[in-house]
Amino acid sequence: MNRPALRANVVASDESLALSGQLSSKEKTASSPLQPWRIAGLLLPFAFLGLMEMLVRTHVVPEHLVPAPSSIVETLWQLGGERLARHIGASSLRVFAGFAIGAFIAILFGAAMGLSRRLDALLDPSFQALRAIPSLAWVPVLLLWMGIDEAPKITLIAIGAFFPVHLSVVAGIRGVDRKLIELGEVNRLGQRALFTRILLPASLPHIFTGLRTGLSLAWMFMVAAELIAATRGLGYLLSDGRETGRPDLVFGAILLLASLGKLSDSVLKAIETRVLSWRDTNTGDRR
Amino acid sequence: MSAPLLDLRVSDKHYDSRTILERLTLSIRRGEIVSLVGPSGCGKSTLLRILAGLDREFNGEILIDGKRQQGPSSRIGVIFQEPRLLPWLSVADNVAFPAGPRRGRDPRVGSLLAEVGLAGARAYLPKQLSGGMAQRVAIARGLFSEPDLLLLDEPFSAVDAMTRMRLQDLLLSLVRSHGTAALLVTHDLDEALYLSDRVLLMTPSGKTGSGRIVREIEVSVERPRDRRDLLLASLRGELLEGLGAVAA
Repeated sequence: MNRPALRANVVASDESLALSGQLSSKEKTASSPLQPWRIAGLLLPFAFLGLMEMLVRTHVVPEHLVPAPSSIVETLWQLGGERLARHIGASSLRVFAGFAIGAFIAILFGAAMGLSRRLDALLDPSFQALRAIPSLAWVPVLLLWMGIDEAPKITLIAIGAFFPVHLSVVAGIRGVDRKLIELGEVNRLGQRALFTRILLPASLPHIFTGLRTGLSLAWMFMVAAELIAATRGLGYLLSDGRETGRPDLVFGAILLLASLGKLSDSVLKAIETRVLSWRDTNTGDRR
Repeated sequence: MSAPLLDLRVSDKHYDSRTILERLTLSIRRGEIVSLVGPSGCGKSTLLRILAGLDREFNGEILIDGKRQQGPSSRIGVIFQEPRLLPWLSVADNVAFPAGPRRGRDPRVGSLLAEVGLAGARAYLPKQLSGGMAQRVAIARGLFSEPDLLLLDEPFSAVDAMTRMRLQDLLLSLVRSHGTAALLVTHDLDEALYLSDRVLLMTPSGKTGSGRIVREIEVSVERPRDRRDLLLASLRGELLEGLGAVAA
């Protein structure tokens, strides 16, 4: 960005503009002292794994309780790249499809309920009751209704993603500053324009928080979903390891779930930072 | 005198069981600058909200050029106490907000920003602006649709004294060059006298304590005015007297 050049044009007419130019450059430098901490934060899990390796090798921690990280990696290696990719691909695809469907429906319902108090009063009790149902309780019901194919699995994941997103959309729209809505009224915006030009962008920070929570729940519900007669996927790997008494397989699946969850959240967070770069808060990229 | 641009007649305005406004008339001519002063809670902001079309629950009518107006009008621009810029839009897109989504490329945006002294700030986001700059962007936005009347609700109360004086002069030059009439609600008597052709004093009165316009002062001092002008000072005394009568 070419801030200084921009500033030079105006500096004669306004000294306060120059001040804000300084501010934005300060913003940029403020993130650099954090850089070592960020790197340390990424290294911390690996340091933990290294510690576990040491403790297991020195027999401080018995191997049958916690397999050494090196043997977990070896197990995953022995599964072979192709099989591993199939498991990861199957799970990721389910999470992606379920999350997309769940989040989309949640945004529709959330927007409708955020805009209409009547609809909210009508539907909210039912949604809150449905939200209280644990993921595992859905499994037999979905099996009964949808059989053992992909449909019940993706549905379960969609249910998991639905509620946090739905809550955040309703809360986001409700929380929009009345002053901004008045601005829309003064400019004679219709219902639709008011929604797309003011309510939706103003509630995006809320909605992104909901999307990130929804995504992490989608991963969790995926494991429950793969208890439904799955033949591949990380949830299948997990229950297979449990049934055959192989903790290394169980821990391998756990490691993969953690990494994939973190990776997908990072992607969503990067999109969030980009879309919400206008935010003037200290929760953004400054901290 | 030509027919007034705006005629407002409020027979009464209630909020719950409380009467806020009662038997109130107000008319503004083209290009005229009118200030509305009075103690807080006298209903001056309510009056402005009625004129802006934000508050339609009152008995009475608004006539613009003799035609009855209901709800917000494109011929009336509103500038609020806070800038109320949309934080996700650039300065240019904010100014062009009345035209539609992302219309910052509109040629009028550039000239308006130049007029308010922010020609180089069009790509900035609101979070990069100081309070005074943000309010200038809001003024540019208020003028974008070329309204005949600008409503201002204590627009300079949140900025420091120096910035306030600069913004007052800016407002004066803008409304004069655009031929816009302005109705300014303020609690600053000096500001009212410095800017206006007419100052209306509004106070809660009668048994119900509803707001009415109790005094009207013509300010016939030539522009540019000196803020220390003796006539302005004596008019200020008159206004204070009017306010004192309320307190007594």
